[in-house]
Amino acid sequence: MTPHDKNRDDSRASVELSEMTLQSQDTDISTARPTRDQTDRIRTTEAKSQGRLIRERFFRHKGALAGIALLVLIFILAFSSIGFAGLPGWWNKEYDVLAPRFNEGRPTLTLWPFSLGEHPFGQDVLGRDYFALTMRGTQTSLIIAFIVGLVAMVIGTTVGALAGYFRGWTEAFLMRITDVVITIPTVVIAAAVAGIVAKAGIIPFAVFLGVVTWTGLARLVRGEFLSLREKEFVESAKSVGASSFRIIFRHILPNTVGVIIVSTTLAISGAILLETALSYLGLGVVAPDTSLGKAINDNRSALTVRPWLFLWPGAFIIGIALAVNFIGDGLRDAFDPKQTRVKQ
Amino acid sequence: MAAHSSVVISDEQVPLGNGPILAVKGLGVDFNVDNEWVMAAEDVSYEIHPGEILAIVGESGSGKSMSSMALLGLLPRNGRSHGSARMLGKELIGAPQGTLRRVRGNEIAMIFQEPMTALNPVLTVGEQIREAVEQHTELSPAQAKKRAIELLRMVEIPEAERRYDSFPHQFSGGQRQRAMIAIALANDPMLLIADEPTTALDVTVQAEVLDLLRKLNKRLNSAVLLITHDMGVVADLADHVVVMEKGRIVEAAPTARLFAAPTEAYTQQLLGAVPHLGSKVGGVLADVEVVDGHLSIHEEYAEAALRARETHTASGVVPALELTDVDIEYPGRFRQPPFKAVNGVSLTINPGEVMGLVGESGSGKSTIARAVTGLIRTSGGRVRIGGTDITELTARQLLPLRKKFAIVFQDPAASLNPRLSIGDSIGEPLLLHEKLGRGELDKRVASLLEDVQLPVAFRNRYPHELSGGQRQRVGIARALSLQPDLLVADEPTSALDVSVQAKVLELLQELQRERGFACLFVSHDLAVVELLASHIAVLNKGNLVEQGSTEQVLKYPRDAYTRRLLAAAPVPDPAVQALRREQRTAILAAGATDQD
Repeated sequence: MTPHDKNRDDSRASVELSEMTLQSQDTDISTARPTRDQTDRIRTTEAKSQGRLIRERFFRHKGALAGIALLVLIFILAFSSIGFAGLPGWWNKEYDVLAPRFNEGRPTLTLWPFSLGEHPFGQDVLGRDYFALTMRGTQTSLIIAFIVGLVAMVIGTTVGALAGYFRGWTEAFLMRITDVVITIPTVVIAAAVAGIVAKAGIIPFAVFLGVVTWTGLARLVRGEFLSLREKEFVESAKSVGASSFRIIFRHILPNTVGVIIVSTTLAISGAILLETALSYLGLGVVAPDTSLGKAINDNRSALTVRPWLFLWPGAFIIGIALAVNFIGDGLRDAFDPKQTRVKQ
Repeated sequence: MAAHSSVVISDEQVPLGNGPILAVKGLGVDFNVDNEWVMAAEDVSYEIHPGEILAIVGESGSGKSMSSMALLGLLPRNGRSHGSARMLGKELIGAPQGTLRRVRGNEIAMIFQEPMTALNPVLTVGEQIREAVEQHTELSPAQAKKRAIELLRMVEIPEAERRYDSFPHQFSGGQRQRAMIAIALANDPMLLIADEPTTALDVTVQAEVLDLLRKLNKRLNSAVLLITHDMGVVADLADHVVVMEKGRIVEAAPTARLFAAPTEAYTQQLLGAVPHLGSKVGGVLADVEVVDGHLSIHEEYAEAALRARETHTASGVVPALELTDVDIEYPGRFRQPPFKAVNGVSLTINPGEVMGLVGESGSGKSTIARAVTGLIRTSGGRVRIGGTDITELTARQLLPLRKKFAIVFQDPAASLNPRLSIGDSIGEPLLLHEKLGRGELDKRVASLLEDVQLPVAFRNRYPHELSGGQRQRVGIARALSLQPDLLVADEPTSALDVSVQAKVLELLQELQRERGFACLFVSHDLAVVELLASHIAVLNKGNLVEQGSTEQVLKYPRDAYTRRLLAAAPVPDPAVQALRREQRTAILAAGATDQD
């Protein structure tokens, strides 16, 4: 990020250079020493809470803000248009109602002058309104992606943290389980279980996907813990009598936030793709319900004749994935106190 | 050792003439940081003549390393240099990379600080030296190998033929640095740049490496550019000194003159900040004949110690810390026997006393510090803190006791959680033990920051925003937050610059006087220990070889190892240092028999 970081291999140089600025601070210690009546004034310096600092840093990150805006927009659009869980939306068509095809099902959306028309995203081969269908798919994919991300993050972080911190038998046991989960191909487990789970609804399906995809995160978190637990600040915390719980959650975990967030965002993007693949094999979301991945798969032969059937869900997948990655980037920087510079 | 002075300078020597080997004029280095050029060095000018050792001294950030890297064109990618540096009349600054590559290793060679990382761990030491020889000459592999062995012999590696096939991890730290020197000398460079060549080494090893450098410099008639922060090393080795501060040369003078009469305020301040071994007790290694460790003065000291102990027991004083026959083992791995790091150590610190625990790396001093603070378990003996034996307590039983002792770590950068603000770090012990509310906690943190002379506004900062000295102040504030009776300080100043070290030591002394806590001060630096400690214990390979009052240990050491240690510590005074060098040779000669 800064030119220093680029030259990490020449650490001697960067150390000397960064120390130079620090050096000047050191000499003004004596002048900075507060006198008695100054201290009363200085004492008003409030201890800023960690949360506030993180928020401040996050909101200075332009990419993350754009990501949040885009994601919120997609959320609102998807859930308000066709409604959710029985609540009606503002869009007057259902995603599973067949209708006669109008103008070969071409999109009626025009930007100038702006008008939605009868079927803004067109209609699919069966004449279903493609806008409603895409919105339904977006809902499903968002729910799946975030549940998978959450479940994978919680399981992966817990397993990794416990294994890395306690070592010994705990580690051996947890990591062997991890290895077993890794060695069984997801598709095979899915073939055995997903068909049944998917029929129960998308939320059990999403939880199931999370339960099989936490392994990468667990290994990364364990690696981080292994190196951090040997650091002096952990010893320092032990020497003042901090409990293992406190050391794990207050001292080590915050230092691994970067790794956790980056791999969680990757897990979220990955979950969308995994869901697509499983839906393609008929093991994921089942018709008449749909997801973005399923919509693309259903219409994959239509690319040349009816490209809109391909492009609309594709655009939403890209939009969601990009937004999530930008937010992840912003979060990682926000949790890193060394990040003082603002990304433009 | 001197028997091996076989002639290695077999190549045709370039006649050196009378001019300087290197003439640097108006050299400047800048770095591009966030699209702004930041000056790292400016208007640096000096000359080095054949056979001379020039030392560039400065604290971190003075630009001493960068101005030397610029000579070889080894600046990081965001750096640029300007000005002039002529090597035997050839301009180096702005020369094309090809020319510089021929100069590097051939005419100018470098020795780095960390010999372990500078050597390739998968190649034998001999091969690496041979590689350096082959790089710039046209010798056959067999000839190159012969020469590599000669070089190993020249840097005084015993059994050079056999050691040729050893890997770097089979060498000790000092031997590795010797091997690095051999690589540097492979092509008879005219200039040797030694960047902190002994900083990573123990004092006794440092003294040997410095001796070697001095000898080689005399023999090869080449020049040495020594970059260091250590005034003792300068006094020991250099002919001329250039003092740098914030990228500029402050003062340049012959070594003797600089130390005797520094003209600039910064030099005076720098010299004043260096702890001077023997300054408090008046000289070290008093010139008394020590025969088999028997000396009447020792009996006097022993009597004094006994009397002191009797008065303590009579008045019912409980020692702040008492170690009795402590053994500490690191568990062995598969088929590896456990490693005994500390062997039967006993020592006592009374309330309000400062005990210096001195030893070289691997002596077990940090291990003891960690055992005392309950971070590692002892495998034998008793550790009593304020009368309570902590060796058999469970973590839960130990918890309330943790208020009574605290530890300050060596590396202030690593011992503070980078994700906790300074205020949270200092307040953590208070939060854990006194369960204070927010407001009360804030007040206590503020007053602690004040005690260690940091602005209260620092509470919202993070460790990386502070300098090394400020971080160590935070470490001290954290350790003192619960008003411990015993403070364990594990090399608290060894990662700091001398002037910063002086301030931190002053602070520690002041706080110790005010609060009267007992202190176990672990250090490798005898001069620092002398400033603070009333008693000294010397550790060697896990064994306590000597303990007594500071004066006793420094002036009349009983043990051969203590004497070697005292003799090896460089003193920032060239005249004294020259005397001490002779003394050291005598001690080594005397100790050579009982060493083996």
